[in-house]
Amino acid sequence: MTWISIIISGIITYFSRMAMVALIDRDMLGAKVKEVLNYVPAAVFPAIIFPGVFFNDFGYLVEPIDPKIYGAIIALVVGFYSRNVIATIVSGLLSYWFIIFFLLK
Amino acid sequence: MLSKSKIFVKGTIAVLPHMLSVIPFGIITGAIGVELGFDPLLVYATSLIIFGGASQIIFMQLLSGGASSLIAITSVGVINSRHLLYGAVLSEYLEKLSFLKKLIISYFIVDQGFAESNKYIKQNSNISNPHYYILGTGVTLWLCWQLSTISGIILGSFIPEELGLKFAIPLTFLAIVVNDLRKLDHVFVMLVSGFASLILFDAPFKSYIILSPIVALSAAFIMLRLKR
Repeated sequence: MTWISIIISGIITYFSRMAMVALIDRDMLGAKVKEVLNYVPAAVFPAIIFPGVFFNDFGYLVEPIDPKIYGAIIALVVGFYSRNVIATIVSGLLSYWFIIFFLLK
Repeated sequence: MLSKSKIFVKGTIAVLPHMLSVIPFGIITGAIGVELGFDPLLVYATSLIIFGGASQIIFMQLLSGGASSLIAITSVGVINSRHLLYGAVLSEYLEKLSFLKKLIISYFIVDQGFAESNKYIKQNSNISNPHYYILGTGVTLWLCWQLSTISGIILGSFIPEELGLKFAIPLTFLAIVVNDLRKLDHVFVMLVSGFASLILFDAPFKSYIILSPIVALSAAFIMLRLKR
């Protein structure tokens, strides 16, 4: 049963990857839709970022002084000025570790 | 003119920084599956057949917690439906390919690969083989995901939990969108999406992952109309 569930889940997931690429003719999308599609990264990724920063493992809002919030702010500032992916991630992680291992100990 | 292999390698290099979150996440996914009591082969099959980090963990957690297959499958479908949006964007660059090539490339469409490809292709609209860039990002992420889940299955979660490496996941995605903070219209859409996700977080089947983008894209649509 579990195997069948994996295969069905896999088919659905593959379909979500493939449908717009292989089945839909781009001319079917209007100019307005294409314009809105420019915002897909801006519309999708914050929905992964915000809960990851502002919720804890149990799904509750974190305190305003949570280390993750400071880590995210530092990553944001570093990323904004450096325009560098690795600097963004590393600065966020290092500042987060600095807070949880040194400041909070 | 860049050769196909050079474009592929450029895609590979573009996603390498994201390994900081992909590899630990993969190890955790493999380890959790085994800890929940699933057969190692079955845990690995989720990486090969479903190939979608968060959805794999939710899938296994639901089933081991006694949820019905229907609920587990629905959750995977809802979480992964965001790929429809990636496909809609990428289809512009894949239009000219044969149907078979489209089918193959589709399997490799992943969050970070989509984001990096979209950024690169927008900035280099003159390249003739943009799909090699998409493949470069996708195949690299795929390979690292397979290897890291396998090592998690075999070795367990050997990364200390105290490190809080889960936090690398929001950071990776922050690194993806941070450049767009220079554009006010994008900032507006991001804030709508972010706050929508906090409000909708408890919606069933983790549907905040697709509902928040829908809310944000609707806001973008209204914004574009008002601008005119």
